[in-house]
Amino acid sequence: MAIDPLAQAGEKARGKRPWFLDDKDSERVLTIVMALAQEVSVMRQRLDTVERLLETKDVITRADIEGFAPSKDEAEERGAWNQEFIARILRIVQQENEAILRGEEISSEQAGQDFQNA
Amino acid sequence: MPEDKAAASTAQTCAYDGPPDYRLVGRHGMFPQVSHDEAERFNFLAHMNRHLASQLLPGVKTAFEQRVEPAFKKDNGAFKHRNEVRKALLKDPAFQIWSALRRATMEQRQQAGRWVTLRQARALNEKALALTEGDERLELTPGFDVPRYLTAVDHHCMPGSYHTELEHGDVTGPANYDAGLFATTGGALGRFNDGGGQAVAKWVKENLPGFAPKAILDLGCGLGHNVLPLAQAFPDADVVGVDAGGPMLRYGLARAKAMGIDNVRFIQADAEDLSRFADESFDWVQTTMFLHETSRGAMERIFAETRRVLKPGGIVLHVEQPQYTDDMPLYEQSIRDWDAFYNNEPFWTTMHEIDLDDLMIKAGFKKDGVIHGGVAAVVDATLFPSTGDDTVEDYGRKAAWHVIGAKKQVEAA
Repeated sequence: MAIDPLAQAGEKARGKRPWFLDDKDSERVLTIVMALAQEVSVMRQRLDTVERLLETKDVITRADIEGFAPSKDEAEERGAWNQEFIARILRIVQQENEAILRGEEISSEQAGQDFQNA
Repeated sequence: MPEDKAAASTAQTCAYDGPPDYRLVGRHGMFPQVSHDEAERFNFLAHMNRHLASQLLPGVKTAFEQRVEPAFKKDNGAFKHRNEVRKALLKDPAFQIWSALRRATMEQRQQAGRWVTLRQARALNEKALALTEGDERLELTPGFDVPRYLTAVDHHCMPGSYHTELEHGDVTGPANYDAGLFATTGGALGRFNDGGGQAVAKWVKENLPGFAPKAILDLGCGLGHNVLPLAQAFPDADVVGVDAGGPMLRYGLARAKAMGIDNVRFIQADAEDLSRFADESFDWVQTTMFLHETSRGAMERIFAETRRVLKPGGIVLHVEQPQYTDDMPLYEQSIRDWDAFYNNEPFWTTMHEIDLDDLMIKAGFKKDGVIHGGVAAVVDATLFPSTGDDTVEDYGRKAAWHVIGAKKQVEAA
């Protein structure tokens, strides 16, 4: 049987897993966040590698990066990116807030039953 | 202004005190390829472990002293056993979050290492085969019966533990162990994860002057990182590493050869039954971080076997984390016990609470032949953290150990 790294790298160790937080859902999210934190760290270090290599090869210096000041247009583009980014990750909060104003809504299951013959 | 900002964000405010970069890890010929990002994953995990030990664990102790112990005392009086302490800690948020993060870090470390080795499984397994095929220094037993106590759970949450082969000739398990040990120890075992073995060799040379072993047996050798330093320190000795895990032994010989170390053989056997070796055939029997992986019953049989195979005047040495003695605070005992309950080290507790001296004497060693000592990992301290000077205590993980052993009496003629 061929080895499947994607599935098998994360294989569970034999033995019942202990859970520590009072709320298991929170601990599940915590472990996902920590895996993401690891990947953020990896990305940050990769960027650092790129910066240092660019400096070594006399392309740009890190002082160039620290001294960078965006023009008005550039700042607006970057600002828009931040807005979009935040809107994406906080989508669930936005939608829960919208739901308050929508009042009691019908579920898809209910709609299927109610409007089957409409 | 930009310069000021740069200084504030990047300048180190105090001398760096943390793990070295992963790229200092020695890449012997059997070592898996590790990409830039894979190395950074290990770096992150090494830092996580350091942070958990140096920054968060002191908070657990504070919580214990300020909240957990006073509350318990009020209702029940003083703690009488480490299990009471552990159960009380389980209800405290400081212990909970430290434990949840420690467990998650352990799981991330396994996934990171398995990704590295499984993606290149074919290449690793072919390389190991090329290095070991037809070499009589590797003796595997087809259909070897791995002791049941080793297969109940995967030890220290390493999926597949020491014995599982994902395909015939698989060495991805030991390659993962080798590549990721840095993350768990923060580099404290040195360039080739051999700081423990080097420490043992140094201890023997300092404490047993004139001891010139010709035959050395290492039980539970795993992938051989603790036994190769013995072979290097005593190049005239014939060294035998024994383990139940076939993949470990295969990788072990391939790794030893890749590192140019030729006086070691790797034999698959159950350490409880060393009948393949004649009585009085070794000058030195060594175990390093092995006893805690064995059951109580196994340990008794192992001790009897070590005595049998030792030559008169020969020594047995066991290297482990410190025993739970009465003078060790119950809090420390309970934290040291974390691995037993939450990191799949099922025999850790028993091994650390029993009287090993007594067990050795029951196995036939004489009381005045019992040996006690202590060692800390020997590493290239210009590059790797030197445990001897480290004030951070990562209970159960610190690269400093106790030596418990015995000299086999020379019987009067």
